[in-house]
Amino acid sequence: MIDWVVFAVAAVATLSGALGVVLSTHPVHAALMLVLTLFSVAVLFVAQQAHFLAAVQVIVYAGAIVVLFLFVIMLLGVDKSEDLAAEPIKGQRPVAIVAGLCVLSAVLLLARSDWVSGARSTAGTLGDGHDNVALLARSLFTRYLLAFEVTSVLLVIAVVGAVVLVRRSGTMPDALGEMEP
Amino acid sequence: MVPGAWYLALAAALFCIGAVGLLVRRNVLVMFMCVELMLNAVNLTFVTFARMLDDIGGQSAVFFVLVVAAAEVVVGLGIIVSIFRRRAGATADDISLLKG
Repeated sequence: MIDWVVFAVAAVATLSGALGVVLSTHPVHAALMLVLTLFSVAVLFVAQQAHFLAAVQVIVYAGAIVVLFLFVIMLLGVDKSEDLAAEPIKGQRPVAIVAGLCVLSAVLLLARSDWVSGARSTAGTLGDGHDNVALLARSLFTRYLLAFEVTSVLLVIAVVGAVVLVRRSGTMPDALGEMEP
Repeated sequence: MVPGAWYLALAAALFCIGAVGLLVRRNVLVMFMCVELMLNAVNLTFVTFARMLDDIGGQSAVFFVLVVAAAEVVVGLGIIVSIFRRRAGATADDISLLKG
């Protein structure tokens, strides 16, 4: 019973937060609605015994990524309301909404037969939910060790790339210098 | 426990809201947030499949998606900052330099 209540509340919060991101005219409001969605997805993670991922979701997404978004919004001074009624391309919105509904109904129709098929527990079992962190760590540091190491390379590349992108042109030519009108 | 199908349907709805938002909105920052919504829908799907198949691999995949999302946000916001520095108030429609 209680798990249904948790699921219903988190689902309503998730969807209303997502709709808030899409429909809010102000970028700061959109970012705050994004926090609502991310928190309720973390709740859904806890409800499915993914405790470590729920913590990481709150720390990385709600704590770091949304703050980064807010930093950029404030830094650039783009915190102005936007006129949502203006439609830049004629008929784009109805087509986009119809396409989205088509994808949604296709997924839900396919779901009527069977959601899940395939081999079970190929990468290791989930256990009884009490040692989620240990199981996930064992999986990451044995089976997925190479991928884990590659992510560190990816992060270094991302940091260097961001620094190169936003640095003001000094001795070296600007990375986006060709875009100067 | 709530059956996994409910979680998967919720994730599908979340993904579609994100996709429609990406197509509809013209503000680059809001479009970027919609990408995050879609990534979260996929993460929810991974965790649900991990539970339904009793497989830790799904949760490992979510871990990697989180790392990639963090890298993507850093680079994407860097690009947005350097675009905004050149032209104030750019929407996605104003950035059409490569248009033929």
